[in-house]
Amino acid sequence: MTHVIEMIPPRAAPPKRESKINSARVLGFLLLLLWALLGFGLLSMMIGNWDQDKFVKYGPRFLSGLATTVGIVVVSISCGAVLSIPIATGRMSKNRIANTLTYVYVYVFRGTPLLAQVFLIYYGLGSFRNAFETVDLWWFFRDAWYCGLLALSLNTAAYQAEILRGAIRSVGRGQHEGAASLGLSRSVTFWKIILPQALIVALRPYGNEIILMVKGSAILSIITVLDMMGETRYAFSRTFDYQAYLWAAIFYLAIVEILRHTWAAIERRLTRHLKR
Amino acid sequence: MGGLDSALGALWASVSQIFDPFCGSAGIFTWFGPGTNLACGDAGWGDEIGFGFKVTVTLATVTLPFGLLIGFLISLAAQSQERMLRRAAAIYTTIFRGLPELLTLFIVYYGMQILIQTAFSAVGIDERVEINAFFAGMIALSVVFSSYCAEVLQSAFKAIPNGQYEAGFAIGLSRPKTMIFVILPQLIRIALPGIVNLWMNLLKDTALVSVVGLTDIIRQTGVAARVTKEAFLFYAIACALYLILAVLSSIAIGYIERRTSNAGANR
Repeated sequence: MTHVIEMIPPRAAPPKRESKINSARVLGFLLLLLWALLGFGLLSMMIGNWDQDKFVKYGPRFLSGLATTVGIVVVSISCGAVLSIPIATGRMSKNRIANTLTYVYVYVFRGTPLLAQVFLIYYGLGSFRNAFETVDLWWFFRDAWYCGLLALSLNTAAYQAEILRGAIRSVGRGQHEGAASLGLSRSVTFWKIILPQALIVALRPYGNEIILMVKGSAILSIITVLDMMGETRYAFSRTFDYQAYLWAAIFYLAIVEILRHTWAAIERRLTRHLKR
Repeated sequence: MGGLDSALGALWASVSQIFDPFCGSAGIFTWFGPGTNLACGDAGWGDEIGFGFKVTVTLATVTLPFGLLIGFLISLAAQSQERMLRRAAAIYTTIFRGLPELLTLFIVYYGMQILIQTAFSAVGIDERVEINAFFAGMIALSVVFSSYCAEVLQSAFKAIPNGQYEAGFAIGLSRPKTMIFVILPQLIRIALPGIVNLWMNLLKDTALVSVVGLTDIIRQTGVAARVTKEAFLFYAIACALYLILAVLSSIAIGYIERRTSNAGANR
């Protein structure tokens, strides 16, 4: 009979055979390469087709278009914010008429394309010229800029009202009850307890809404508002130079990314007490 | 064979004639249109608007599967182990979520035109190329839809616990089979509300394709408005048609949601 006297000494586990190259890595490399090539092509096209005359001619127009876009977004977001308060109040009220009216408003503006709304206001209301002239409002509805602003404000008001309503609804019942048990009045409860918590919930959707407005304002270029998109279309129609659109793309991307990152920073700052 | 074909064609024509919601036998414009600008046929704009409605619906429904498929692939790439793949997917979603839809459409439309033009002239054909607006719109909308869809699916993927994958592997399913039979059914249920929102946005975004000449609702009502000088009426009809689409799809989606919420285990 034999038995083992010497144990086999412990050995390290065999090395894991892991090939450096797998399909995911190859695919990722190829896709990144594709993006890099696209970016390089874009850059070389812009440098190769650089035209001083066009730059001098359309560059300042482009910047003024940028200013117009920013102005439109700021004004329409503010007007929409003001408008959204009564709408959200109506949506949350127990009054059936107010509730139905605001529900229909929100549904109509969220269910139809912004382009159709803009056309309806600019061309549609524009066909009632005589009526507007008698009430001395024609200067407003004659101007594409004002009409576009009105359409954007009404549109974003519907979205912002829903954001506000959802945020206020998201504050728990216990907060109301706690405030009531402390004997706080309804207005103090709303302003000091409900609204601060609701606005923190609403922060992210508000940021998204601003970005949506930046993108949506491009639609106003179709009714001849010379915002950034409008200037781009103008330049393209004059020069047939495809670069105009690429410049616009870079600018829009830059605006949206800056907004997104600033908003994320603001949100981090404002919610730092909620971090655990 | 030819006789059968033409008979079937005639049958189909008569069926679609009867059930056409605008200018069919029970169509809304057939009943309320005559004598106004909305009559069917040459007398009014009823049939043109009906055609535009069909184009809009077709564009949205054709775009949806492509957008979903690309979005699914992008979301897979975005949560891959491989850093390069993740980076490539992030670039895609950042670009197409950041660009205005209108700009994406123009870039696709004119970009394809220029690309094909240069390809043709390289071969030696010197012809002016006009890109089909429907095709360009389909590509642009799929790209936009897919980048949003990827985001929705990615957060849905996060809601599925790791144990589901492990259980799939433990009973001997391969990776693709685990994905298709175990993960995907749950994924659809979780992602459905987000995808419904995207579908509504897609329906609305199709209106933009009218700018490059697609004969959809907006285009047809716009032509009618310009000819008849009744802009308010026709654009109001356009808005009403989009609202009808939204209501119809929310009814259909409600049905799907009831079906899917009944299926599967309660959690």
